[in-house]
Amino acid sequence: MDSFVSLANGFAVALTPVNLMWGLIGVTLGTFVGVLPGLGPALTIAMLLPITFQVEPTAAFILFAGIYFGAMFGGSTTSILINTPGESATIVTALEGHQMAKRGRGGPALATAAIGSFVAGTLGVVGITLLAPIIVKFALTFAPADYFALMLLAFVTVSAVLGSSMVRGLTALVLGLLIGLVGVDLQTGQARFAFGQMALLDGIDVVIICVGLFAVGETLHLASRYRAGKDEIIPIKGSLWMTKQDWARSWKPWLRGAFIGFPIGAMPAGGAEIPTFLSYFTEKKLSKHQEEFGKGAIEGVAGPEAANNASAAGVFVPLLTLGLPTSATAAIMLSAFQSYGINPGPQLLVSQPDLVWGLIASLYIGNILLLVLNLPLVGLWVQVLKIPTPYLYAGILLFATIGTYGISQSVFDLALLYAIGIVGFFMRRYDFPTSPVIIGMILGPFAEQQFRRAMTISQGDLSVFYTRPISATLITISVLALVVPLVLGLLRNRKPASVST
Amino acid sequence: MNRRQFLASAGIATVMSALPRFADAQTVKRLEIFVPAAPGGGWDQTARVMDAVMRDAKLIGNSRITNVGGAGGTIGLPQFINQHKGDGNALMTGGMVMIGAIISNKSPVDLTAVTPIARLTGEYLTIVVPAASPLKSMTDLVDALKKDVGAVSWAGGSAGGSDHILAGLVAKAAGVDPIKVSYVAFAGGGEAMAALLGNQVTCGVSGWGEFSEQVAAGNLRVLGISAPERVEGIDAPTIKEQGLDVELLNWRAVFGGPDLSDEQKTNLVDLVTKMDASEKWQSELKTRSWTRLFLAGDEFAKYLEEDTQRIAGILKDLGLA
Repeated sequence: MDSFVSLANGFAVALTPVNLMWGLIGVTLGTFVGVLPGLGPALTIAMLLPITFQVEPTAAFILFAGIYFGAMFGGSTTSILINTPGESATIVTALEGHQMAKRGRGGPALATAAIGSFVAGTLGVVGITLLAPIIVKFALTFAPADYFALMLLAFVTVSAVLGSSMVRGLTALVLGLLIGLVGVDLQTGQARFAFGQMALLDGIDVVIICVGLFAVGETLHLASRYRAGKDEIIPIKGSLWMTKQDWARSWKPWLRGAFIGFPIGAMPAGGAEIPTFLSYFTEKKLSKHQEEFGKGAIEGVAGPEAANNASAAGVFVPLLTLGLPTSATAAIMLSAFQSYGINPGPQLLVSQPDLVWGLIASLYIGNILLLVLNLPLVGLWVQVLKIPTPYLYAGILLFATIGTYGISQSVFDLALLYAIGIVGFFMRRYDFPTSPVIIGMILGPFAEQQFRRAMTISQGDLSVFYTRPISATLITISVLALVVPLVLGLLRNRKPASVST
Repeated sequence: MNRRQFLASAGIATVMSALPRFADAQTVKRLEIFVPAAPGGGWDQTARVMDAVMRDAKLIGNSRITNVGGAGGTIGLPQFINQHKGDGNALMTGGMVMIGAIISNKSPVDLTAVTPIARLTGEYLTIVVPAASPLKSMTDLVDALKKDVGAVSWAGGSAGGSDHILAGLVAKAAGVDPIKVSYVAFAGGGEAMAALLGNQVTCGVSGWGEFSEQVAAGNLRVLGISAPERVEGIDAPTIKEQGLDVELLNWRAVFGGPDLSDEQKTNLVDLVTKMDASEKWQSELKTRSWTRLFLAGDEFAKYLEEDTQRIAGILKDLGLA
């Protein structure tokens, strides 16, 4: 139980008043950054990097970790209340969360997100403390072929978010795949679909599409219907807090979300988005209230929220044990390590135990601070819904514009934001779901790159996909997930038919 | 000349010699540092450290750092050229990667439009293999390449970047066709490292800094470093001493705007030279393990021209230009 002694030392480091203050600043800043669409934790930490000239390492990393966790927390708030994900990892939260908010259950949605994030975040940190070496060993066995199989599974789960019309859902997905192709191809260095525009060479930032489709599209849609006099949002109905039934329906998704999110977050190419899709799919399949999905099922908020926070914890596993940054935020934290002359790697635990265990302890503390900060804020946040629609959406448009401009200071991106916003408006108008666009945009390039890496390494031999055990298992699960419901459906349809003859 | 006169003239001389320095400091009262990359990367850190050091040494008054990232610097470059024509108070950070990006992205502008000021730091690249690999030296790697080029997979950064260029140079020196190299591009160092540690690829290319900890821990083995001779503090044989005529330096430098007057150019070269000589810069280099490779003014311009030629050649061999 060596890790517990070290952890106790870590708490001694993290609980000094100064470090506690940095933690509090971090989670507060992170929450606000997460709430603002466009501004992400990676950008914020990058802007704060010069702080490494003034502050000692432990304090800086406690601050950065606070921002990271806080942003994950904050991103869900805007997803739920105004259908505008602050982060790409909270897109799935918007699906059910916003429906709940529209039906006057914004309070419980925010509460299950906050508590779920806390539960999963804490489980994730326990995972870092106890399981880091095992998880890392497992994560490293993932070859490009295995990642491709994981993507395949993620594609199957997309069916859960396609909405009621398959054709419309698939159209949206393909649009996303197409947008994902824009830019310089990583494997060959050649530009694709850039139409000679320098600004498109680096591809289109997922945040721009996200903010464009959700915030701008939603605003235009509301503006077009405003004269119709129908206010879509019911401010608050019933209790602000979770009912007994809400708790009963939330705790399992929290735990499942945490178990899906943590290992995928720890994978070098896992990310925070994929676990949220997987979790949503799982909850939709397992729920006893399937008819509520798409209309505000609490499981659909609880699971993905837990998954994205657990994955944020998972990211620290390869960062601290191997020095591998597995997300944009982690990469920037790595450069902060380097500006202190610290090289994260297998030696970090031995050479900088105070730093590592102080950071881990501050993750526990950060989670508690976040809960303390966010639960009372639920009441305040839902007040947002009381703002008259025109003012609320004017504000959203303003933040969306500032946030987008903040990413790259590019006028081109602003034009793109509004163009995408118009596309989003027509999609809303003609009932196309918008989430598959984002999901296609994230999964498409990812799957493509992993497939081509696998092919380069195997010199074009497709057998890698079924001879590697991990890949074969994942592909089998994907096929089953696709085929079993179909077969069951057929059997169910046949029974009444045989009775009638 | 009596003692008093001597002291007085010495005093005047001191004041006189201090004056131009004072004037110098004034000409760069407000320095604009342009970074053609997102915050956090190497060029950005170079800019931020320079900024801190120059302000600490009172070489500059005000300063501002602007980031315009993307596509290996080719998105920021045209913007810097447009906004800072004839502007003696602006510097742009950049590096060797830009040369490759300009060529493979078919950028309408290149580095001949800006004014080379100085090369500051640089990193030699290393070729490593997983500890379990049967390859022990560059000779083994060359043999493997000769046997079957395609069977040797290389992990590194984006296609056409410095890592890919080194793979191409090694293949060419080994006498195999660079275009047949199985190069697997990964986004960011983390994924490439994971592929190496997980034994998914034959070998990997990156700066020494990225690999040093894993090599020390015995998880990776260095086959060679792309330096002209052994580098102090790095326990790695050069690629050159193992019989392959390959050298590659991933340098970082600063550039001035287009159409600078000779005076403006001299001013900026002076400023950067003073910064390089400062104690704070030297200590920052040490903590960050950046290798100082200072080369200023016309010498740097000449170096830049030669390196551009060489990189254009190898990119053509790799089928990227």
